[in-house]
Amino acid sequence: MQQTNGFMKALKCRECAREYPLGATHVCEYDFGPLEVVYDYASISQSLTRSAIESRPKTMWRYRELLPVAKEPTVGFQVGYTPLVKADRLAKRLGIRELWIKNDTVNYPTLSFKDRVVSVALSRARELGFTTVACASTGNLANSVAANAAAAGLRAYVFIPADLEQGKIVNSLVYGAEVIGIKGHYDEVNRLCAEIAGKYGWAFVNVNMRPYYAEGSKSMGFEIMEQLGWKIPRHTVVCMASGSLLTKIHKSYQEFTKLGLVDSTDYKIHGAQATGCNPITAAQKAGLDFFKPVKPNTIAKSLAIGTPADGFYALKVMKETGGASEDVTDDEIREGIRLLAECEGIFAETAGGVTVGVAKKLIASGKIPAKDSAVLCVTGNGLKTLDAVVGHVGATREIRPSLREFETLLSADQATAAKA
Amino acid sequence: MPVKVRIPTPLRKLTHEEELVEVKAGTIGAAIAELQSRYPGIKERLIDESGEVRRFVNVYVNEEDIRFLQNQDTAIKDGDEISIIPAIAGG
Repeated sequence: MQQTNGFMKALKCRECAREYPLGATHVCEYDFGPLEVVYDYASISQSLTRSAIESRPKTMWRYRELLPVAKEPTVGFQVGYTPLVKADRLAKRLGIRELWIKNDTVNYPTLSFKDRVVSVALSRARELGFTTVACASTGNLANSVAANAAAAGLRAYVFIPADLEQGKIVNSLVYGAEVIGIKGHYDEVNRLCAEIAGKYGWAFVNVNMRPYYAEGSKSMGFEIMEQLGWKIPRHTVVCMASGSLLTKIHKSYQEFTKLGLVDSTDYKIHGAQATGCNPITAAQKAGLDFFKPVKPNTIAKSLAIGTPADGFYALKVMKETGGASEDVTDDEIREGIRLLAECEGIFAETAGGVTVGVAKKLIASGKIPAKDSAVLCVTGNGLKTLDAVVGHVGATREIRPSLREFETLLSADQATAAKA
Repeated sequence: MPVKVRIPTPLRKLTHEEELVEVKAGTIGAAIAELQSRYPGIKERLIDESGEVRRFVNVYVNEEDIRFLQNQDTAIKDGDEISIIPAIAGG
């Protein structure tokens, strides 16, 4: 087993603990519970030490033992190790002692955290012998599958809601992927893909490859801990679509603790959604451990999943860690985007506006105490969702190429500044 | 014209690899009972101990989630199509 499966032992149902072989399969035959990779932590602890990690290239693959591939990765070797930015100006604006931005707006190669999950899913898909890869996507995943498949010489089919932002559509087409726009919202795309997935022998990264795919998100958490000087942050704010990223950040903290790479400390993980698609935060705020599906209506299209597959587990993580959650309106999302851009020079997509907007609310309500330190996970780049902010971020002022006109404009500005 | 039920991959061992089966029931709950009488064991895969549809099972009637309708009491009629689909991760 050791030679063929690396540090993986089996797939295991999260509900009933039945085990399955390490193939392209994602649900338990008995209760439809999600399957998860089981690792050989005893072997991992032999090779994964702080100094081993520090000696490796600065990519997500420096934590390779905790990522589910049998051999060396073959897709996306340069992904990850994005900056953890100390956000002093934003901290001041939000009224908290210390704030960090985990900046996946500059993840390689497609500017979102999805490159992490895709590099794992496609590396594993190749190991399992697939030549065509596919996904159901709200946009970022489609971009990442299209780009990484192109670089790896794999054929790609990506399925998206037909009304996505132009930027996200072009960012899939340019790589030569087959882009299928579905006339419906993401939950409907998902339903169709669930029916297609088994049929053609394709590696659907978030369907039959999901147990491997989802593990890639842990690398964001591993990096946060290492970049903080081998520490778990006191507070982490994570945006939620299916809720998978939040649960995997939690798992990353647990794994580093288990392996002795960080000290065991108290931490809270908080969830963020848009008010127009808030099944998980609505349940969390009502104290429920199950959610009611919703029909999404929000500018945060990358988070618009009304039937979140990991919603149940996300609620559990928030409950266990003592985390809170909030949701924000479209206007608050745009305000969040502007705050992050104006304070830190980071242009996030709508999901980042959700995270910042929610952090603002949680700090204001004391759920994240002002004396503490927090990390905000910012997952995607604003250049992909320009549609959402055009007309809301001011406009160019046009003048003729004349010094007199410029001086008139400038003295008006100075007069305004003097009044303020 | 009876009601068609699309069987997902994880349950096809029970239906002898049939992807599409037909039922005559008038509600989702009755359709599941009818499936159980023909494919013993299928009900417990879909329904939990308290009688509810399992947390990770999504049931659709003509593309609408039954949780937006009347759950297991949702009425079905000739020509309707039922899909049983596992929950999927985000994208």
